[in-house]
Amino acid sequence: MKLLSPAVLLRGEPQADRVVPPTGFTARLTLFAAAAMTFLAVFALALSLATGRLASNWSEELARSSTLRISAPAEQVAAQTEAALQVLATTGGVARARALSREEQQALLEPWFGPDLPVDSLPIPQLIEIIEDAQGYDPDGLRLRLAAEVPGAVLDDHGRWRRPLVKAAGRIRALGLLSLLLIGGVMGAMITLAANSALAANGQVIAVLRLVGARDDFIARAFVRRFTFRAFWGAALGMFLGLAALLALPEAQAEGGFLTGLGLRGWHWIWPFFLPLVAAMVSFLATGAAARRMLRRLA
Amino acid sequence: MWIGGGGKVLFPPCAAIASAVPILQKDKAVAGAYVIELDNLAYSYGGGELLSDISLRLTPGSFHFLTGPSGAGKTTFLKLCYGALVPTAGHAVLFGKDVRQMDRDEIAEIRRRVGVVHQDCQFLDHLSVAENIALPLMVSGRDVSAEDQNLKELIAWCGLTHRAEARPPELSGGERQRAALARAVIMSPDIILADEPTGNVDWEMSERLLSLLVELNRMGKTVMIATHDLGLIRAAKTRVQARVLRIAKRRLQLAGADL
Repeated sequence: MKLLSPAVLLRGEPQADRVVPPTGFTARLTLFAAAAMTFLAVFALALSLATGRLASNWSEELARSSTLRISAPAEQVAAQTEAALQVLATTGGVARARALSREEQQALLEPWFGPDLPVDSLPIPQLIEIIEDAQGYDPDGLRLRLAAEVPGAVLDDHGRWRRPLVKAAGRIRALGLLSLLLIGGVMGAMITLAANSALAANGQVIAVLRLVGARDDFIARAFVRRFTFRAFWGAALGMFLGLAALLALPEAQAEGGFLTGLGLRGWHWIWPFFLPLVAAMVSFLATGAAARRMLRRLA
Repeated sequence: MWIGGGGKVLFPPCAAIASAVPILQKDKAVAGAYVIELDNLAYSYGGGELLSDISLRLTPGSFHFLTGPSGAGKTTFLKLCYGALVPTAGHAVLFGKDVRQMDRDEIAEIRRRVGVVHQDCQFLDHLSVAENIALPLMVSGRDVSAEDQNLKELIAWCGLTHRAEARPPELSGGERQRAALARAVIMSPDIILADEPTGNVDWEMSERLLSLLVELNRMGKTVMIATHDLGLIRAAKTRVQARVLRIAKRRLQLAGADL
């Protein structure tokens, strides 16, 4: 059975379009299903893109930085810090290294202990921030040198907690993509159900059309085109509602963490505009298959 | 009001028959000597045989009545004659081709050459009467306008000019039958199959429908009317040479002698 070509779909067939009754609950069901699914798809897409962005950020930024902790008796801290900086200055792959100031260390502890922490009176280790160059350093070699020259130094290359974070972000991104696929599948199933209902409810229309010599592809085209456009406009509505909801989310703040960074950034805003086209394509394929099946059954 | 896009309907040329409309002129050559050939045909449904051992040949331009008691299988027989049903045994050859050999597109093509009028004539209720009459043209891909002169003439020929813009549910029984007849003949078919066309109308309307069918037969169309209205058959036999067939006990018999 020859079905609808994209050109005919866009140009329209007034003859075929007229023969299908224009209204009915299936029209509303298709519009609602497409709108609701696309609304959800916008969030799944935003989740997927945001987690992808986070994974990328964590992966890149944390991979280029590490921390050296000097835990030594108070009278040796300054000397060991100086020695460690000397070692780092002569280590290949280290772009720069600097000891954090008391204020910076206090700021790091503030979320846990509050702003009035008496840092000076506590035996807090000295932290040194290490920024790698493009090649990066050899952590095992650096550890050996530090063990020999700075006994109180402990190197943390962030790998221990960066890897699970990046892995978690990657899984959330995969979850977002899986959600998109599931949403597309559910939308296809709902539109198929609506198309089946429409075809069954229009059994008399199909019988009359067959009686007067309509080919199955003519009948199928009339339904497929109708459902494709309904899905497109429903999805467009759902997309705009989804985008409005995304815009209404709070802006990402430094202290806001992961959830407030869910929105879209930059060129990622283009992606939701493809969703109505995808919905139309899903509807086109689902309705075409449903129409072929139903017409074969009614033959 | 538009049925479709612009353009004219490609109707056959106007003929000199004063009472006819150009759309009804014979313009197709029928392949072979018979338009319909049934050979030892049988049809079963739900385990029971409804029709058995039926053989019949319809020549172009012939006129037939099909009679028999209710439930004898007249409607089933007609459906076998236009490919809506496929025989379970034997052969149904329409315009030279066995129905079993046809795919659904070919069946659709056949239906454009067979005008069918049912007793419970079904229409698309969201379209006007004129659009319903023009439906066979629409499904065959022709652009047609309700303003088209040929369509207007056909509607006038059936006496439905004043109802052209009405919706089918607004029509009376007789008007529905005439609209169904107009729809059946708009493609200038070779055969017209009418299933109890006068079942829901009064005698005056029956006469009028019969006159239209006789007129179509005189234009060269093969006509078969399934009816149990013996008065209609007697009235027809005074105007046209008609063969009367009867279905009884699942078989087809020639039944002209008793009428």
